[in-house]
Amino acid sequence: MCDQTFLAITFGPCDSCSENRPLMNLYIKTEPINYCSLCMEIMACQGLASGETLKSLKAESETLRKKLEEERKKLHDVELEKVAEKAEALGELNMKTRRTLKGHGNKVLCMDWCKDKRRIVSSSQDGKVIVWDAFTTNKEHAVTMPTTWVMACAYAPSGCAIACGGLDNKCSVYPLSLDKDENLAAKKKSVAMHTNYLSGCTFTNSDMQILTSSGDGTSALWDVESGQLLQSFHGHSADVLTLDLAPSETGNTFVSGGSDKKANVWDLRSGQNVQSFDTHDSDINCVKYYPSGDAFASASDDSTCRLFDLRADREVSIYSKDSIMFGAASVDFSLSGRLLFAGYNDYTINVWDVLKGTRVAILFGHENRVSSLRVSPDGTAFCSGSWDNTLRIWA
Amino acid sequence: MERVIVAMQDPDMGVKMRNQRLLITVIPHAMTGNDVIEWLIQKYNITEEEARHLGGLLVQYGYIYPLRDPRSLLLRSDDSPYRFQTPYFWTSSRWPASELDYAIYLAKKNIRKQGELVDYEKENYSILHKRINHTWDFVVMQAREQLRASKQRRKADRIVLECQEQAYWLINKPCVNMPLYYHYTTTIQLRYYYYTTIIHRRALGRNRVKSSICLESFMKYSEQYLHHDPIMSGCLPSNPWISDDTAHWTINTDMVGTPTRLRVERWSFSFMELLNDSMGRREFMIYLEKEFSAENLCFWVACEDLRHGESSKIILKVEEVYKNFLAPGAARWVNIDSKTMERTLEGIKRPHRFIMDDAQMHIYFLMKKDSYPRYLKSELYKNMLAKAIVPQETKKSVFPFMRRQRHSSPSPAMVTQATEDDGKAKGAGPTGTSSTTNSQI
Repeated sequence: MCDQTFLAITFGPCDSCSENRPLMNLYIKTEPINYCSLCMEIMACQGLASGETLKSLKAESETLRKKLEEERKKLHDVELEKVAEKAEALGELNMKTRRTLKGHGNKVLCMDWCKDKRRIVSSSQDGKVIVWDAFTTNKEHAVTMPTTWVMACAYAPSGCAIACGGLDNKCSVYPLSLDKDENLAAKKKSVAMHTNYLSGCTFTNSDMQILTSSGDGTSALWDVESGQLLQSFHGHSADVLTLDLAPSETGNTFVSGGSDKKANVWDLRSGQNVQSFDTHDSDINCVKYYPSGDAFASASDDSTCRLFDLRADREVSIYSKDSIMFGAASVDFSLSGRLLFAGYNDYTINVWDVLKGTRVAILFGHENRVSSLRVSPDGTAFCSGSWDNTLRIWA
Repeated sequence: MERVIVAMQDPDMGVKMRNQRLLITVIPHAMTGNDVIEWLIQKYNITEEEARHLGGLLVQYGYIYPLRDPRSLLLRSDDSPYRFQTPYFWTSSRWPASELDYAIYLAKKNIRKQGELVDYEKENYSILHKRINHTWDFVVMQAREQLRASKQRRKADRIVLECQEQAYWLINKPCVNMPLYYHYTTTIQLRYYYYTTIIHRRALGRNRVKSSICLESFMKYSEQYLHHDPIMSGCLPSNPWISDDTAHWTINTDMVGTPTRLRVERWSFSFMELLNDSMGRREFMIYLEKEFSAENLCFWVACEDLRHGESSKIILKVEEVYKNFLAPGAARWVNIDSKTMERTLEGIKRPHRFIMDDAQMHIYFLMKKDSYPRYLKSELYKNMLAKAIVPQETKKSVFPFMRRQRHSSPSPAMVTQATEDDGKAKGAGPTGTSSTTNSQI
């Protein structure tokens, strides 16, 4: 028989903040009450100015949040499923692996397409960054980074350079030289400097500026030529894991997702956090804009993908299934925005109908987690990179 | 690990328990180290070495604690008595162990057995006393209350509880040398809630659009682009990835002689589509020249170049733009409203990347509302549409397994270099615009 415990229940709702946490006994006037460790600490400091301010601030934040929920509900007059009823049902999707790119010695962590619709840059855990012509499956350039876990890589819009970074906390830009014998690493240019790992990077509309996101909770905009910091974006309370630039007309915003379960929309010019969405239950691994720029989709460790509308300022659809229990690592839209491709940690890729919210197909083929997924610039195919060291092109 | 422990404690199939004598009091439900190891061997069919290793881990993680020599976290395969730790004290359920708890525990021990704290415990006690001094009253009060409550229990139970607590803290004592842990968390919290309050307030002030309107727009967009989506509707003549034929890409290159019908249709979807396609932009420019309003597009292109170009060239570019488009009597003077013009001219005195944004926006919307719709109705566009080709779908080859040879294409890096050399040879390009930032692919 196990020891009995005379102390309180181990886990449950705290008497003070009502959140489910591990509990401890607190004696107030000889009565034992159950508090979670945080409230216990606050209680211990009662009388101290900061303790009181914290409590009142927390309460104010809660009331505002409830008010915000109400406001959002007022304008929500119809669900996406209802509107999508008149959309045509999709026929059967017949996608197969058309190319398999083998050559990485370790897990593929990230990939990006070139604007010429056939070249790809991919980065892996062993520090290698390879530029492929995916159509012929030839490797065109290979760079070995001085760091392992290269978690972010991007192709420049002109096709003349690549950017990559990871555990070295930096983002480096390599101009792609045509001379096969030239050592690419020699021309490396360090652009971004963060205080924690680099989780994502992308070029803005030209080769001259890079937007990066980092594990230190910030995102930043850098000038490539001088390496100068142009703007930084603070607001996530945990690691920022992903970012995407808006395709909209004025092209001035981007969205980032982080471990604090929030997706934030930022203004590039002012550095302000314009909108925030926090309906996910776990880390957001990937965010991507809808082709029109009016919405974005996110993939999270809570095994769901969600669609958030920027004009209605709310979540409009959830793509999930009981049989999917593993987190989603990466998402991207097809060219028309009707299909959403999502790569999961259970080695599969699920294809969702964005409007109707149903799953259209499930694609098997990878032998380990799918870590990144991108649709080609002209929408003819998409590429998925996985921890099984390969990349696959599906069409 | 916890599953193993629970199985062990099963009254029928678990480890044999006996009452053990420890000094004077009898401790119920104890077992010997030997029993534990034997049970593990039997249940999991493992060797003695492995059982010892597993048992050792169980002790190190705090699920079983020794009674006779509590500070040594080893599983001895002899008569030494052990007990199971109550789930309340399992590491998994009480994480993280906070400094406050530890302080209360040490205070209790101090009160109970004056001067019986071990060296490192005395050290930790004084460090904590210094650090969380402001809460010391609270700590002492809690310690006293807990002792008082425990006095109301039976002696045997009390001893059990003491053993449990001691075992727990042996394993889980927090690192007291970490700097100002408590203050760190409050400041972080304060900042976080303050920040979220601002965000929520700002969000409340936003203008929101009705869901029905937003969702309809998604429907329309998907429908409009349905035939342009190769994955959904296939592409002509064939998808290069499936048929290994790059014809689709060749007929859609930037500077091809005759564009495809789909491409020209796309220009009518939105103004941005027209501008994003370099051929569309070129056609639009030709149209505007006929209308004598080409300076608008040139101005817009120059502003884009300023926004996305090198930081070092900003001042130079701003001057150029002013000279060509904004100065009174300029060669390509653009018609902006007086207010925006005033603001822009003011701003030019301190040039930065976004100084032309207002003016650029004004011109953009001017083109979008006026020139663009007229272009779509013009002869120029209609002719383009009529000329546009609709490629034939490639006939499926007779031998479907024969793979066509895949040819590589010139790297974009090479193409850009070649045109740069050309540009230098030819001298100055068209006025007002720099062509290197245009996409070459």
